[in-house]
Amino acid sequence: MSNMSLTQALPRLINSVPRSRSMEAVLLFWVAGMHAFQLAQIQLSATDNLDEQILLYWTPLFLASFVFHMVLRFKAKAADSLLLPLATLLNGLGISMIYRLDLAEAARGNEQLLGMRQVWLTLFAMAVAALVLWVLKNHMTLKRFTYIAMAAGILTLLLPMLPVIGAEINGARLWIRLGELTFQPGEIAKLLLVIFFAGYLTKHRDSLSLIGKKIWGVRIPRARDLGPLLLVWVASLGVLVLQRDLGTSLLYFGIFLALLYVATGRGFYAAIGIGMIITGGLVASQLLSYVGNRFDSWLNPFVQENYTGVGGSYQLVQGLFGMAHGGILGAGLGGGYPQLVPLAANDFIFAAVAEELGLVGVFAVLSIYLLITYRGLRIAISHRDDFSRLLAAGLSFVIALQVFIVVGGVLRLVPLTGLTTPFLAAGGSSLLANWLVIALLLRISDSANKQVIQ
Amino acid sequence: MSKSIRRLTSFILLMFIALFAFATNIQVFQADALVGDGRNVRASYDSYKTLRGSILVESTPVASSYEVDDNFRYQREYESEIYSHLTGYFSLFQGSTAIEREMSNFLSGQSSAQFFDQINAVLSGTPISGANVELTIDDGLQRAAWDALGSSRGAVIAIDPRTGDIKALVSKPGFDANLLASHSFSSSSSAYEELLTDEAAPLINRAITGDQYHPGSVFKMVVAAAALESGNFTPESEFEDSDSLRLPGSISSISNASDTTCGDGETVTLRTAFVKSCNIPFAELGMQLGENELRVQSELFGIGRSVEIPMSVSPSTFPQDMTEAQVALSSFGQFNVRMTPMQVAMITSAIANQGVIYTPQLIDRVVSNNLELLSEPSPQVFGSPISQSTAGILTQMMFESVEIGSSGNAKIPGMAVAGKTGTAENGFGDPFTYWFTGFAPAENPDLVVTVVVEGDSQARTGNTVAAPIGKRLLESVR
Repeated sequence: MSNMSLTQALPRLINSVPRSRSMEAVLLFWVAGMHAFQLAQIQLSATDNLDEQILLYWTPLFLASFVFHMVLRFKAKAADSLLLPLATLLNGLGISMIYRLDLAEAARGNEQLLGMRQVWLTLFAMAVAALVLWVLKNHMTLKRFTYIAMAAGILTLLLPMLPVIGAEINGARLWIRLGELTFQPGEIAKLLLVIFFAGYLTKHRDSLSLIGKKIWGVRIPRARDLGPLLLVWVASLGVLVLQRDLGTSLLYFGIFLALLYVATGRGFYAAIGIGMIITGGLVASQLLSYVGNRFDSWLNPFVQENYTGVGGSYQLVQGLFGMAHGGILGAGLGGGYPQLVPLAANDFIFAAVAEELGLVGVFAVLSIYLLITYRGLRIAISHRDDFSRLLAAGLSFVIALQVFIVVGGVLRLVPLTGLTTPFLAAGGSSLLANWLVIALLLRISDSANKQVIQ
Repeated sequence: MSKSIRRLTSFILLMFIALFAFATNIQVFQADALVGDGRNVRASYDSYKTLRGSILVESTPVASSYEVDDNFRYQREYESEIYSHLTGYFSLFQGSTAIEREMSNFLSGQSSAQFFDQINAVLSGTPISGANVELTIDDGLQRAAWDALGSSRGAVIAIDPRTGDIKALVSKPGFDANLLASHSFSSSSSAYEELLTDEAAPLINRAITGDQYHPGSVFKMVVAAAALESGNFTPESEFEDSDSLRLPGSISSISNASDTTCGDGETVTLRTAFVKSCNIPFAELGMQLGENELRVQSELFGIGRSVEIPMSVSPSTFPQDMTEAQVALSSFGQFNVRMTPMQVAMITSAIANQGVIYTPQLIDRVVSNNLELLSEPSPQVFGSPISQSTAGILTQMMFESVEIGSSGNAKIPGMAVAGKTGTAENGFGDPFTYWFTGFAPAENPDLVVTVVVEGDSQARTGNTVAAPIGKRLLESVR
């Protein structure tokens, strides 16, 4: 260890965590303890006393995480042992923050039970994810569904465009509504599209990697190999125009670009693709008024007209105010005013976390996301099969990119968009999709680790 | 493929580093500014959790909080209307202004200087106490300025030219900040509404913001400075002395305030024109210097720039692209020349302090509740707009203006006073604006005083209205 640099030591340290289910159980107990502590602190600071109500928020997640753990013991013994505790930790923190916002609303006289709803949605999402782990013995099955995944993905994406069931919320047409229930199909579509991209690129990576002519010292791909990239670009812009959602559009294109690069190893795809994102963004900001507004609010949020304008920067600026108020150490759970930010439980849950847990908490939460992504990419590298590699890399990148877009929006690094913060934000579609990501990553890691053992 | 996955990992790491950096920027480096933004109500909501620090003048609170038995726990209290434009108000419903706003991070205990107090508060569970802000104000001078203005609208500023410390800053009318600090939404709001719609605009700090004033003859200090600095003029430079001057390219003409010639001969010196405050010679001088040279000198004095004292002083203006006639009018502070009293005080302090302006400053020091010194701004040089010799010549001319010239009402027996009055017109039939700016003792100034008084229907002069007020403050130097 003595003559090892930090960059070598850190990954080795992380990798040295034993891949044992017992380790996972210990971590889950620790996570449950953290969750209980959060809930207790919130209730104490909001109501000055502690009652059994918090058990309703604590117990279901605790039990669900252990049921999930048992499923892994039976069905994926060799799977990664960090992913489940990390996802549970974030999910628990999300429940705590949403409960905390409920209490703040209750103090203002608005009864809302988003926290309880989130508990049930978590149970549902974890149950479906565990079921997938149970039923799907080998993720290679998914490869056979490459084109079915594509068709299903596109169909799912188009669902909100349908009359009657399609619904527009806050200006974006991303939801379907069946009676009381709303669902955001885009969350599931993104999984289907990752499966499709992984399958498609496994099949075509050799031809896409071929090098065309050399122009000005740069080797560029053959024109026809740019076809898929262009097609996805146009489709992403279509999402932007039809569903009015910048984030989803960027997410789909980004995932494809990342996988195209991983599959071919060709840097020019990345260069061209990033160029296309910038072009698309600039053109859209000129042609589409709502994109232009978003850009303006992003660049000049403190200008009074933007601050007070409809669809302006009020939410963004209030988020910044809250985070600044939290400072380095945070206002403490229950000590800040995250309820002053509109949609604090959904779009701006990260600002709420940042306000109450401070920069310290921000670093912790971002590090957990980074760790999940890092484990996912380790799984990708350790697998020998191309499809598995692409699938694992794609699923990991979905989480990383989504965090970057949504948290970057809250932090004013990129324009604000309507994506959800994985595991933290209130909402069932998002929870379901992200728990499915974890389930698939666990499945792939199980098979990767078994292949190493053999 | 492993290689490209590793590259992707590095790329993701970069994305997260960007997020870390932006979060750090917001929560550490920008935090004080964002928390201090008037639209951020969190700090004022926190006022019912922490004991907000006091604003002190000579160690006596002029704004402080005491415990009350309602939801907000602490009530803000203001000692006197005399300090209303300095403290500003701290209202649950109307936000905050002035020192309450600019120093809010310190007052609420949220400043980064109190980082260890914050940790201590977290660990011990006892809420943090806000820091106390001590102003540079001299209570005696502040009260004298308030009383001297009487029922007039206007402003008085007193500055120590050697440090930039503001010793008095009064804007009239003031207001009762206690009305806005009320914990009752309806009474706070109705008081605010009333102040806002009051025709006398009591919420405007006339000393540093507002619509600003025509400087009138006070601006002759700037024109004379530009002339002397150019090297082409001395106090003995001569100008044609007539009783009326036709403006170039126009049918209107200007005259001196006396409606006669300035001196007795064919020509008049710059010194005499300044001492007797004649418009025609200055119009001639201004046209000879030209718009550009006047602008350069104006900007050296700080015109066009904003200053933080820590409240923002609105930039004063010297107009652009003028015709010759407009340059002539600007040369005695008319046309579109507009100034804050603070800007005039800064110009005066350059003359008083051998050509060097110190940035005006209201904060003496900030001391935490456990008497730890958190901040003590040191004097900052704002600029050196004129040479020491120009400052000396202008001092002599201002001394003569008080001694034998147009500013005689500022004369104090036994002490040499340097000063300049102004009587600015604001359009046909509108009330005049009366100015006095000066310092004492002339040979080694301790105090710069600038007075502006908004006129009424009566026609009077800067010398009869403003100079006596300046005199009352300068007398304290003796």
